[in-house]
Amino acid sequence: MEAEDKLLLQEIVGENPENADSYNIRKNGKKLERKVNPNINIVSKEDNSGIDIYVKEDTLFGTVNIPVIITESGLKDVVYNDFHIGKNANIIIVAGCGITNNGHWDAQHDGIHRFYLEEGAKVKYIERHCGLGVGDGKKVLNPVTEIHMAKGSYMVMDTTQIKGVDDTIRTTKAELDSDATLVITEKILTSKDQQAKTEFVVNLKGENSSTHVTSRSVATDNSYQEFISNITGNTKCYAHVECDAIIKGEGQVKAVPEIFDKNVDANLIHEAAIGKIAGEQLMKLMSLGLSEKESEEVIVNGFLK
Amino acid sequence: MLELKDICFERSGKKILDHINLKLDEEKFYVITGPNGSGKSTLAKIIMGIEKPDSGTILLNDQDITNKTIDERAKLGIGFAFQQPVQFKGITVYDLLKLSTKKELTKNEACNILSKVGLCAIEYVDREVNKSLSGGELKRIEIATVMARNPYIAIFDEPEAGIDLWSFQNLTDVFKEISKESSGTTLVISHQERILNIADEIILMGEGIVQEFGRKEEVFDQIFRPKKCCKEVKTCGSGR
Repeated sequence: MEAEDKLLLQEIVGENPENADSYNIRKNGKKLERKVNPNINIVSKEDNSGIDIYVKEDTLFGTVNIPVIITESGLKDVVYNDFHIGKNANIIIVAGCGITNNGHWDAQHDGIHRFYLEEGAKVKYIERHCGLGVGDGKKVLNPVTEIHMAKGSYMVMDTTQIKGVDDTIRTTKAELDSDATLVITEKILTSKDQQAKTEFVVNLKGENSSTHVTSRSVATDNSYQEFISNITGNTKCYAHVECDAIIKGEGQVKAVPEIFDKNVDANLIHEAAIGKIAGEQLMKLMSLGLSEKESEEVIVNGFLK
Repeated sequence: MLELKDICFERSGKKILDHINLKLDEEKFYVITGPNGSGKSTLAKIIMGIEKPDSGTILLNDQDITNKTIDERAKLGIGFAFQQPVQFKGITVYDLLKLSTKKELTKNEACNILSKVGLCAIEYVDREVNKSLSGGELKRIEIATVMARNPYIAIFDEPEAGIDLWSFQNLTDVFKEISKESSGTTLVISHQERILNIADEIILMGEGIVQEFGRKEEVFDQIFRPKKCCKEVKTCGSGR
């Protein structure tokens, strides 16, 4: 593995990906390295379009890292990764894509991740996306996440796109059976002329299922973001969607809430707040001795922490 | 020493501050009091640089700071506790205290600061400074951020506002301690008799002017002396 690959992987995984119990590293559309263990198996799909990850039932604790890196300008990589999480298994999955584009052609990664959680399974899914490189070719990422949650399963999805991605359409769709809980936290920062569109479609099918979706985003310069949430409550269930955005410069953010209540016992809530950094926040931090610019940085970094 | 010379501030045709002149010494605890709308908070904000006076001069140890920004004044040693504490999404109490002290601060040290304002520190230090905290909790954290800085001029804008009666006694003790230990100037805006009682000197404001300014004992009498009309009512009552 080259030094710059390691750097890019560090951005996505946050540590050496080889520290995980199991991992699959993909570079420029091909498998680079893989490690499995008796509880977590990773198998390439026959048509080589992606991988299947199998976590055995009752796996007490495990970690899987599935990072993708792209360093070839002009490459368009599409991958299907399917996660099969056995009954009562408890696992942390770290995935994401880092693109270094030093060329003139667009580089694109479309990762389609499908999760199948069996009864009582618990997943923490961390997804990080970033773009690096000095070329004028775009860095494009279009992640799709499909989540199927059986009775009593629990999933936390923590997704972050902090820098350098020019264009992104992020789609998350989930179906929840009874007593299942899905907690999603999304953080996005766009700058220059970047565009990010993100859509959450959650179908609460089972009784006592619940979801909490929090989106925090910052749009600076001329960037544009769109947040769409579409929650359907079919039975006694609970949903809370929160979209908080800070806009700076000519940045724009559009929030489109859609909640569809099909049952009197479905309790669905949507909150959205978009605006510039509050003047009082700046004044408070400046009264502690920070300059206006430093204060802005502290506020934005905290917001996206 | 902080000196305000001929400070005027007018908005929508109303004189909020009308030729204010004050000299505040080191090692003294001042309380500004007066009815709502008398210009107390505006005066405090003008000292911190949050509001700019229409005319007049502010001198800090003979240095003219009238045109200095909020952060420049903070660096010169002025601290300000806001009447309405500011909330921050994603910033913890610990983060805010670290920013206040401008130095490496251990969690133990942060907890000690919080304990001084009556918060059970370990429960609060990692919480975000957001709406999940009650008004009283936010207020005490706000006060702690100023205490953590140990500023040369510490300004507290109505610290008692939003604090429950149980915590108020505790808060009074905090200000007693500040009064004893601070080597700088403390300026508190308050309506509370207990806070007024701690003061070395009291500034009574009304209709944008300083109506009384002097030692606590002198001004206290002016404020709490029963008015003539009340006496007359009492006399009528006792005659029945």
